[in-house]
Amino acid sequence: MRQGDTIKINKGPGPVRKSRTSEGRPPRRRRGRNEYPFVIGFLAAPVLLYAVFVIGPYLQAFQIALTDWRGLKAPNYIGLENFTELFEDDAFKSALWHHLWILIALPLATVAIALFFAFLLNVGGKAKSGGPGGVRGSSFYKVVFFLPQVLAVAIVGVLFQSIYRPTSSGMINGLLDRVGIAPVQWLNDPDIALWSIIAVVVWQSVGFYVVLFSAGMASIPKELFEAAALDGASRFTVFFRVTLPLLWDTLQVGWVYLGIIAFDMFAIVQVLSVDRGGPDNSTTVVALEIYRNAFTYSEYGYASAMGVVLFFMTITFAALTLRVTRRERIEF
Amino acid sequence: MAQQDPRETAGVDRRDVLKRLGLTAAAVPGLSLLSACATGGGEGETKENDVSGEDAKNPFGVDGSKPLSVVIFKGGLGDDYATQVHEPMYAKAFTGVKINHEGIVEINKTLQPRFSSGSNIPDVVANAGSDLMDTGALAEAGHLQDLTALWDAPSLDDPKKKVREVVLASAPSTGEVLGKPLLLPYVSSTYGLWYDSELFAANGWTAPKTFEEFKTLAEQIKAKGITPFAYAGKNASYYAYWMILISAAKVGGNEVLVNIDNLEDGAWQHDAVKQAAAAWAEINTKYSDKSFEGLIHTEVQTEQNKGKIAFYPSGSWLENEQAKSTPASFKYAIAPTPSVTAADKMPYEALRVAAGEYYFVSAKGTNPQGGLEYFRIMLSKEGAKGFTEKSGSLTIVKDATDGLSMSPGLTSVAAAQKAAGDNVVTNSLFENWYKELETELRRQTNNLMFGRIDAQKFCDEMQKAADKAKKDAGDDIQKRTV
Repeated sequence: MRQGDTIKINKGPGPVRKSRTSEGRPPRRRRGRNEYPFVIGFLAAPVLLYAVFVIGPYLQAFQIALTDWRGLKAPNYIGLENFTELFEDDAFKSALWHHLWILIALPLATVAIALFFAFLLNVGGKAKSGGPGGVRGSSFYKVVFFLPQVLAVAIVGVLFQSIYRPTSSGMINGLLDRVGIAPVQWLNDPDIALWSIIAVVVWQSVGFYVVLFSAGMASIPKELFEAAALDGASRFTVFFRVTLPLLWDTLQVGWVYLGIIAFDMFAIVQVLSVDRGGPDNSTTVVALEIYRNAFTYSEYGYASAMGVVLFFMTITFAALTLRVTRRERIEF
Repeated sequence: MAQQDPRETAGVDRRDVLKRLGLTAAAVPGLSLLSACATGGGEGETKENDVSGEDAKNPFGVDGSKPLSVVIFKGGLGDDYATQVHEPMYAKAFTGVKINHEGIVEINKTLQPRFSSGSNIPDVVANAGSDLMDTGALAEAGHLQDLTALWDAPSLDDPKKKVREVVLASAPSTGEVLGKPLLLPYVSSTYGLWYDSELFAANGWTAPKTFEEFKTLAEQIKAKGITPFAYAGKNASYYAYWMILISAAKVGGNEVLVNIDNLEDGAWQHDAVKQAAAAWAEINTKYSDKSFEGLIHTEVQTEQNKGKIAFYPSGSWLENEQAKSTPASFKYAIAPTPSVTAADKMPYEALRVAAGEYYFVSAKGTNPQGGLEYFRIMLSKEGAKGFTEKSGSLTIVKDATDGLSMSPGLTSVAAAQKAAGDNVVTNSLFENWYKELETELRRQTNNLMFGRIDAQKFCDEMQKAADKAKKDAGDDIQKRTV
């Protein structure tokens, strides 16, 4: 034992430590001043990396957002001009509306479908000796549901290009053709293009949330389901009165994840949409507008201003969701 | 994602490269930061190369004992045209001369250190591919030889004519950097409506000369179960706006397009633009299918190869691009865009022909005079013919294809160029100058062509976008006179 520790013990650190010592564990050392370099040495590298590669660029983006920088000449500070211009930018404004729709539709659809599947996979089947079980073949279905999640967006894009192909050689339109329905312009019709793309993201995300919710359901004690069954609760009641409340934490996490996806959507729109974000800007999203302004128009200042707006939107969303959905945790 | 936009696929098709080259040649102002990479070397003051001379045989006063070093981009065009045509011609002109040839792919990676250090600078460079040198930076560093002497020199075939008189008239200005003719754009691309001449012959159809004829023919084509006209809305809507711009120039003359490039007030609301837009919108809404908005260019081009589409708007790279999926019975042919009105300023035969694929002579090399002479050889009929033979592409040299056995598409382009004569529709430069305006044009073109807006709205929206581009450009606004 080093000297510093002895001194502290003499100062009377409290009974807890003594009892632990008596249990044969080594006494927990209080961090002596000479241990800080050790801890700091470990923390410094990640903090430095984080500061240089995450916080630094953030701060710089805020700075660039106040300039008219185009990448070649030295930037001029133009105050908030970029931000006022943003709200006259039709493409940006429609992108904001699209985020609103996505923010409503994507989590709702994904969570609803994933919950339904997770329920069937875990507790929706016939009750077995060990309590409620999933439907037959549920472990196989889990793999099937999860599969889209591991596909790269580019592959999903190529896949759905054929699925949505606007002629009878497309997968869906081929089937519609058989029953005599004219091809639907899934990605060409400005009224439905965004929904077609949201559907792809839902399809891709459901698997992950099935697994997430399954894990959540698996941690609910089986006795609760048994008790509900003994009391004669229907599956419907079990789901809404037992499963859902006990899954609330997991749901909340899922909601925030999906919200963050809703603020991104860049890759899938880039790959699938007509004329990148079209037709007629009907599928564009903020990230795509940032990309276009930065790398096609070389308007780095303006693009950074969009980035700053997106940053605040995402943060606000995450904070709001966590606050609104906060509930007392049920311990079991 | 690689097939998202034909302009952005790295080094896949040549049009892309041409486009990018156009961009580097045009987007010059404000490259000062980059020029630091190209200069730097310890060469100090350079000698002024005097390249004047009155001798028609040797107008640049080439010293035949000096070696000439040539770097050729070994990409889609190969480098056989240099080793088997141009270099032997140069060697023949100066017996015993030593030529150092390098056929390389990564032009910038290989050459940038050499330009920077000032040692072993090549005299002639074919600056192409995805790793090409920044000509704006090279120009600022004084590395590019002024080609005025070349354009004014007597041509190799006819000493009474200047070189500039035997090439596509717009070529010298296309090669301008910082307002000086520093680049040689050697390859020409021709734009129009492409069709299968075999299919047309079998059905007794001929390319329409007016939009009225176009509509009549389209009805016949439609009756045969073939789509009369189509373009790929997903990633190549600019193929369609090229047609609109060409038609606008035919109605109102090239100044319509020059005004658009110069962002003149009301340039997009000119009656010629409105008439052209209305004419093409009518064709696409009545005689195409809305599903094409969701397809990419290769998909539509393959449909045409299968005989399902009659006319497809594109440029002369199309035949090469589609070589693998074109059946033997399919023979590409080009037709000029039909006349919109009886009072069009340009005749039906007028074509948009643009020069691209840039070559330069190094001003600080050991033998710039030799480089200029090499260019004069490239611009002779024999040199141009050899190039077309080896590379499958036409050059800016006029009438240089006589007696050549060419592919059906190229034969048709050569014939169309001959018929057009001096009626050349100018190339639109705003496409590279103002990307935001160009993006808006793509969007509005799809809106117009798929019936979401009419010609009037199209012109108004484009004018709005052009006004914004003008405001954004401020003092950086670019101007062209011809």
